[in-house]
Amino acid sequence: MSNTIIEVVKPGLATSVQDLGRTGFQAFGVVVSGAMDSFALQVGNILVGNPREAAGIEIVIMGPELRILEDTVLAICGADLSPKLDGELLPVWKSFSVRKGQVITFGQPKDGAYAYIAVAGGIDTPVVMGSKSTYTKAAIGGFKGRYLQKGDHLASSPFSFSLKSVSGRGLSPTYVPNYKNVEKVRVILGPDQAAIAESSIEQFLSSSYKVSTQSDRMGYRLEGAELTHKHGADILSDAVLSGTIQVPASGQPIVLLADRQTTGGYTRIGTVISVDLPFVAQKYTGSELRFETVQVEEAQLLYVKRERLLRCLSLGAGVIG
Amino acid sequence: MFQISAFGDTGLRIQFGDHISKDINQQIRSFCILLEKEGIPGVIEWVPTYTAITVVYDPYTILYSALVTQMEKLQNRLSDMELPPAEIMHVPVCYGGEMGPDLAAVACLHNLDESQVISIHSSGDYLIYMMGFIPGFAYLGGMSKEIATARLENPRAAIPAGSVGIAGEQTGIYPLESPGGWQIIGRTPIKLYDPNSSSPILLRAGNYIRFKPIDVEEYEVIEKEVNAGTYIPYVETFIE
Repeated sequence: MSNTIIEVVKPGLATSVQDLGRTGFQAFGVVVSGAMDSFALQVGNILVGNPREAAGIEIVIMGPELRILEDTVLAICGADLSPKLDGELLPVWKSFSVRKGQVITFGQPKDGAYAYIAVAGGIDTPVVMGSKSTYTKAAIGGFKGRYLQKGDHLASSPFSFSLKSVSGRGLSPTYVPNYKNVEKVRVILGPDQAAIAESSIEQFLSSSYKVSTQSDRMGYRLEGAELTHKHGADILSDAVLSGTIQVPASGQPIVLLADRQTTGGYTRIGTVISVDLPFVAQKYTGSELRFETVQVEEAQLLYVKRERLLRCLSLGAGVIG
Repeated sequence: MFQISAFGDTGLRIQFGDHISKDINQQIRSFCILLEKEGIPGVIEWVPTYTAITVVYDPYTILYSALVTQMEKLQNRLSDMELPPAEIMHVPVCYGGEMGPDLAAVACLHNLDESQVISIHSSGDYLIYMMGFIPGFAYLGGMSKEIATARLENPRAAIPAGSVGIAGEQTGIYPLESPGGWQIIGRTPIKLYDPNSSSPILLRAGNYIRFKPIDVEEYEVIEKEVNAGTYIPYVETFIE
């Protein structure tokens, strides 16, 4: 049986239930969704004793106000949005005990845009096509397929560990990302780089782009040096991935993120590598982004290294208890 | 053509051609069947499109170079592949009226009667080249150019699920309510997308659909069956 554990007092800007996404149905046009920063959600889950893929609460910039309905353990990872427990500042990347009746609020965003609340047991919502992730455009997954609203009650799944054993654990500071300091992200060029003028590829790699106001879970539209195509911006509709950078006719790139459609019709200049994706997702409107190229082999070494870290953390290594 | 390239660090893309054709579609369909049979560890899913397949994988389990080798091995088996019979899914459509508010305009533009547009639209079989855009949306090939019609100048804010439309030389069915600028000529009561079903998506790339004109009464009967979960779509199989 799942326990009702959290009541939404104020919903915040766009608070939703997310896990690692709805994979396996992209061939049928089903959008993947999932956490914008999957590293932060996974670490949060590890800190509270959950499997890495458990569902948590995703918060962006303006956090919600949540009342705790049962004693439990939480961890807040990802962006530092000044979380508070009964008015006292809370640490990020650390698990902590909460008691029935206590209230979680958020304040000024200090670093990053997306934060995750992991709850012992994980948030329990119906599984839709293998995932609890909310995809609001098709109204599926998460809590009734939508962003959280005032008065919603969230439940957690049952778990077998003691709450005491997972409280007060933190991620070693060595691994805590500093989002503000990272402006440069790495991309693997292609598949349509040949459709873009060579001078534009150089420009793309040497200039700085601003995250525009037209940015959401689907993707971030960027503003900067205008890129030109050799023979037009349109391609036969083809697959796009998380981190794929499209260049539409306007010449202003779009980085596709969690809620991207499965296919698109614009030229794809490249794709941001997995380990750098959180640093894109965590950018605010107006922040600068730069791109550099990397080969797939190097990107995969970094991927494997991060996967090893997450596996070690799951075993308790690198977690400060 | 069989060109492999890295697509990000979790994708591998195989390009089979550079234009829309049935032959390329069949190669892609065959390769997808090989992928399904092979069950390569680390391969999570694949997305077939008009000219390519993008294989999504976990680099912790299999690295790009190793996956390239696997794909080349599969390619060698491609020519021996016999495609299983293709399916033609019959899709009942109530044309015109409230359900197809643009049928009259489409007919007018082409100097045809509404009944002629219906008969042209429902005469051929449409190949499902790929799925994408929104859950359950099928990119169909095979519509007659006689009824090709430009999109609406002012897109509608909400088009009901099941709406059948025309956009240029394409025809398609909206699997869920969404905004859009297609010319809506009819609506089907069947669900192309049902997130709570054990098979949430009705259509598959590589198969065909055939539109079957129905009237409002038939629409209501089928709709009731669909809602009760008792409707079984009519499917024909044939060897290509």
